[in-house]
Amino acid sequence: MHEMGIALQIIDIATASIPPEMRSARVERVNLKIGKLAAVVPDSLRFCFEIASKDTPLAGAELFIEETPVVARCKDCGERWTIEEPIFTCQSCQSGSLEILSGRELDIVSIEVAEEDGYGAVQR
Amino acid sequence: MEPFSANRSVREIKVVQRVLKVNERMAEQNRRRFAEKGVFAINVMSSPGSGKTTTLQKTLERIMPEIRAAVIVGDVSTTHDADRLAVTGAPVVQVNTDAFGGDCHLAAHVIEKAADDIDLDDIDLLIIENVGNLVCPAEFDIGEDARVVVLSVTEGEDKPVKYPAMFRRCDAALLNKIDLLPHLDYNKALAIGYIQQVHPGMPVFEISARTGEGMEAWIGWLREKIGSKLKAQSQ
Repeated sequence: MHEMGIALQIIDIATASIPPEMRSARVERVNLKIGKLAAVVPDSLRFCFEIASKDTPLAGAELFIEETPVVARCKDCGERWTIEEPIFTCQSCQSGSLEILSGRELDIVSIEVAEEDGYGAVQR
Repeated sequence: MEPFSANRSVREIKVVQRVLKVNERMAEQNRRRFAEKGVFAINVMSSPGSGKTTTLQKTLERIMPEIRAAVIVGDVSTTHDADRLAVTGAPVVQVNTDAFGGDCHLAAHVIEKAADDIDLDDIDLLIIENVGNLVCPAEFDIGEDARVVVLSVTEGEDKPVKYPAMFRRCDAALLNKIDLLPHLDYNKALAIGYIQQVHPGMPVFEISARTGEGMEAWIGWLREKIGSKLKAQSQ
């Protein structure tokens, strides 16, 4: 529901990450990692990003979203497994003492910037 | 003459940052500020209509003035909840949610501003009534010491498994409106089972804010939490 706010944060962080010497360059792709437990709907985020990125260096950039599974580790027996359903007890010893190793991410991993480094690039 | 084609290459620049880091930083700042002032902050969340405001109103009536409390109320619009809470005599600050992604949750910077309107030296407990929503508020740290989720027996038993992130993030659950159980087909054991499945060991308090049933146990838990923070600080 707050995908517009997330899109705006992504644009801020990505814009600030473009190196000064590349300020006029175009960002082609933003790589994100979003956990399944993060309350983000990828299609909704893409839609908001497309609107919010107009007139920024990110206009037209693709959002590449890697969805990370919910991985847990049992603090009692050390079992490690991927949680597919909302059951947060150890599948091996039934302990409820878990550590969630992944699944809550909402991270920008990298941006991909197009460089035009041919000398004749703008000649016609 | 053939036009030169540009030697185009794509460079990947590592960023590796939490998208919500601005919020997280602000939440930490709030947390430090509350700690300095000796204030215990609790974030109360629920779906709309679970009886959150009534529960808080009845809680305030029981703990004040022994515990000096203030309330920040988040709502999409209107001051109805704030008006109801102000009757208890506690200072109430109403915040209508803002531009950080709209109307679905309170963010840390909103709490920072709202806290300016409260004399933090004069209170022990800051209750933050979040926007009625079981999805987004779970994602936003606001600098609280504890999180509580209110659900009611007029909702589906399976709320905990539909919104696992919320139920995992919270430290206690209040199951409200139990006075209505005789009139409903609600399977209470199933609901509590779902809560335990998502967050094993989390305390669940069965209450009726309307009749007062079960309120003492929940307030006992709250008192203990406030006490242990203040004790840890005075050491």
